[in-house]
Amino acid sequence: MSRFLPRRTRLLGAALALGVTAAALTACGGAGGGTSASGHSINVLMVNNPQMVDLQKLTAANFTKQTGIKVNFTVLPENDARDKFTQDFSSQAGRYDVATISNYEVPFYAKNNWIAPLDSYAAKDTAFDQSDILKPIQSSLSSGGKVYAEPFYGESSFLMYRKDVFAAKHLTMPAHPTWQQVADLAAKADGAKPGLKGICLRGQPGWGEVIAPLTTVVNTMGGTWFTKDWKAQVDTGGFKKATQFYVDLVRKHGEAGAAQAGFTECLNDFEQGKVAMWYDATSAAGSLEGSDSKVAGKVGYVPAPVDKTSSSGWLYSWAFAIQKASKHTDDAWKFISWASGKDYLKLVGNKLGWAQVPPGTRTSTFANPEYQKAAKAFYPAMQTAIDTAKPTDPGVQPRPTVGIQFVDIPEFTDLGTQVSQQVSSAIAGKTSVSAALSRSQQLATAVAKKYQ
Amino acid sequence: MTQTLSAPAGTTAPPPARPRKVRRGRGGAILGVVAWIVGIAFFFPVAWMVFTSLHSEQAAATNPPDLTAPLTTDGYREFFATNPWPYLINSATASIVSTALVVVLALFAGYALAIRPVRKWSDVLFFFLTTKMLPAVAGLLPVYLIAQHIGLLDNIWLMVILYTAMNLPIAVWMMHSFLAEVPVAILEAAALDGARLPTVMRRVILPIASPGIAATALICFIFAWNEMLFARVLTGVVAGTAPVFLTSFVTTQGLFLAKVCAAATAISIPVLVAGFAAQNKLVQGLSLGAVK
Amino acid sequence: MTTVSLPAPAGVRPRRAAGRWARRGPLLPALLFTIVVTQLPFLATLVISFTDWNALYPDRRGFAAFGNYTAVLGDPQLRSSILTTVVLTVSVVLVSLVLGLAIALLLDRRFHGRAIVRTMLIAPFLVVPVAAALLWKHALYNPEYGLFNGILTGVFGQGAAQPDWISDAPMFSVVSSLVWQWTPFMMLILLAGLQSRSPEVLEAARVDGAGAFAVFRHITLPHLRQYLELGALLGCIYIVQNFDAVFTITAGGLGTANLPYTIYQTFYQAHDYGRASAAGVIVVIGSMIVATFALRVVSSLLKQEADR
Repeated sequence: MSRFLPRRTRLLGAALALGVTAAALTACGGAGGGTSASGHSINVLMVNNPQMVDLQKLTAANFTKQTGIKVNFTVLPENDARDKFTQDFSSQAGRYDVATISNYEVPFYAKNNWIAPLDSYAAKDTAFDQSDILKPIQSSLSSGGKVYAEPFYGESSFLMYRKDVFAAKHLTMPAHPTWQQVADLAAKADGAKPGLKGICLRGQPGWGEVIAPLTTVVNTMGGTWFTKDWKAQVDTGGFKKATQFYVDLVRKHGEAGAAQAGFTECLNDFEQGKVAMWYDATSAAGSLEGSDSKVAGKVGYVPAPVDKTSSSGWLYSWAFAIQKASKHTDDAWKFISWASGKDYLKLVGNKLGWAQVPPGTRTSTFANPEYQKAAKAFYPAMQTAIDTAKPTDPGVQPRPTVGIQFVDIPEFTDLGTQVSQQVSSAIAGKTSVSAALSRSQQLATAVAKKYQ
Repeated sequence: MTQTLSAPAGTTAPPPARPRKVRRGRGGAILGVVAWIVGIAFFFPVAWMVFTSLHSEQAAATNPPDLTAPLTTDGYREFFATNPWPYLINSATASIVSTALVVVLALFAGYALAIRPVRKWSDVLFFFLTTKMLPAVAGLLPVYLIAQHIGLLDNIWLMVILYTAMNLPIAVWMMHSFLAEVPVAILEAAALDGARLPTVMRRVILPIASPGIAATALICFIFAWNEMLFARVLTGVVAGTAPVFLTSFVTTQGLFLAKVCAAATAISIPVLVAGFAAQNKLVQGLSLGAVK
Repeated sequence: MTTVSLPAPAGVRPRRAAGRWARRGPLLPALLFTIVVTQLPFLATLVISFTDWNALYPDRRGFAAFGNYTAVLGDPQLRSSILTTVVLTVSVVLVSLVLGLAIALLLDRRFHGRAIVRTMLIAPFLVVPVAAALLWKHALYNPEYGLFNGILTGVFGQGAAQPDWISDAPMFSVVSSLVWQWTPFMMLILLAGLQSRSPEVLEAARVDGAGAFAVFRHITLPHLRQYLELGALLGCIYIVQNFDAVFTITAGGLGTANLPYTIYQTFYQAHDYGRASAAGVIVVIGSMIVATFALRVVSSLLKQEADR
């Protein structure tokens, strides 16, 4: 630039340089949370579920104290977290060494070579005890025979109900309810107390929100997203029947603000005594039986309601995986080994109470007497739910991919999200179920074309 | 020529140069009351945010609202317990540094567009404004890819650069309009004395344009502080800004209304303080300097 | 790439024979910076828009010709988001202009506590947009414990209607929160316009016996025209690009996804870089067409300024 600029403009360069220097000084003094000079620090991206928030609180005083490795957490709501790690991992930007990813991501992340296999680390780390991890969970976090992620918690879905409300209204919950029975019970329980609704079902847009419970209902009512040979089935048969059923149920007897209610909102509603039943993740039980819960001890747990199948619970796990581009893989494994390890479960048990340990990951946890005592209300139901989940055969017909509450293709985040917005609109009464599904069918057909 | 005009627009005191009758009678009084009602209605959500932030989570979530519930600073304590300081410092860095850069760049550009104008200066001015009309989101992906490529991802300096570019067009417009007010005679006198641009800038232009510069800086600071979309996609562990932080802890378990209100209040305070303190500058700035 | 040529008003000052570069020099840093940071990325967008590039399929990258464009133009979601953007922008700008004008007229009179009322009115504009959106979503609209339903219960007792504001009227919810934030902005600009009316003319009109409405119709409104246009233009520039309110209040659901949100979603959730870029290019072209018209408005403002 100076080649053709006259003298007086040099001032500008000087002024700019000054500004930048001044700014650099501010920044060095300020922006904390970066990588420390020793290099023993890792960046972890997590979903902001209660169990992760506990982990965040316990890390500095335990893990960092023991190992000297500083952990910088980014904790985000599920949809945000998923956007962020997908972006970071797919471009191998390396901003995060470790992220909580789910069994939905593991197969294609592994195939795309975005995450590092963990077998060799686990083999050397005898204290970690890989064989203790629950089998259905471990296999859902593996690809091509290699383990790619270690579970922080595992969950299925089941039906939770207020035993006290049911007793007061002389209602009985069957040991293995069908969806029709649940709908009848919801109608009877609705209004049992002022402001009490029959059932809480997720309605919030997001494939990890409304789509998860809805797809399990679809499965058991004989529907599917795609047939084995990739024909979209979203606006017909079981899918339509199930969606109509779900939307009707939540509109008639569901929680207030259903179209905006996700897991968290439902947890609040149930804990605050605003709904009599709730069909959702088994991991909710820990919070419901926690010391500060208003409904602790009053909740009954039964398997996910069914229609045409014998079981219908989903299988889901948030698990730690290491980004391939990470430059701190050893430190990253140390963190995973601690956070997914047996001692961490004991630490939570002793510090925060056994009902709050991240459930559904290890055989040894279910066998632990202290855990059994604290979780006696729900652990058998939870263990059964995880054991009976069938990711490869969740419905009445063969499927093109694994997955119960999702279709294991990368497009599903987008497809699921867009369909969820349609369903959510139907729950809000903005559109009819058939209109919502015929739009969804177009989207699903476009996706299916890539695979036919 | 701000000084020579009757009074800066929107001063709260009645402009001395404009004799106006205080209208008497019932009509005037009623309109005054209406103005008060409207003012309170617009302010009410802000007051409610602060009020809610000073409640316990249980009291904040009652229906109907419990106006007599005891006040507590628990919401703020919880907010600060999550250590928002790195985010606040990042926001301050990005806003202040980008504002400083914008002011310097715009001051010189304004000089070239208003005082010793280049040919087709209005075309240039319009070029700046068109860049502001293009949807920023369309540039998000390439910026992400470029930043990743040159290692600027999750770096507060990237945000400084982007916020500078984001605010520069507005600032150039404002500076142009403020500098157009500098009397030519003074500049010519200075030029005859042989003063160079830096001297002219410092001795002549800056004193006259400083109210305009302050207005420009205020507006740029506010827009940079408020920005969320780019910060959300381009930052992560290190360079996250306050608005990004605010969205991150909304859906944690349990009731969160008081905590969110506390956080929302806390991160709005710098803008509220700056805006209230410089209400007149706000008007000048918002109108791109067209309103003095 | 985006300069819109307009007839240049005559230079403000007489030109001199001094070197052209001496004049251009001070301009170049700002100009170069703007071009590099805001224009070059669009070139990249243009290039990417012709590739088949989904980050989730690293193996499948290739040349797509106009594939992304046909996909985007054939996508009803994008088409509906164009409509949403127009509805959102026009309704927010119009409503806040009208409200802003009414409030400015109220504040253009002397009454007790005018300074306080004005300060209160500015407050909504000074709340960080995400914070404002969160405030509306959770503290005001929430059907369980939001203020609106709280007031309904407070006034009508426990049996009061408890509407689910966001689900029942999603667009209205988003628009209301934006109107709340932007009315002060319009009010400030219009108030400044009102206060720059010539007192002599007003006085003369009154002496001539013109009623309040006639004064408003024949003096105030014509005088305010350029301020109204300025407010509308600036409002459009910012609200067309609104992301925070849509993202926070409805997460793009219930038919409120506007263009910025849709492109964000294609890029950041679907990770379809090719398609996101094609959508971006289309939107840029659209904005340029709109901008050409909008700039005519500014051009009249500029002329007036130059004539002063």
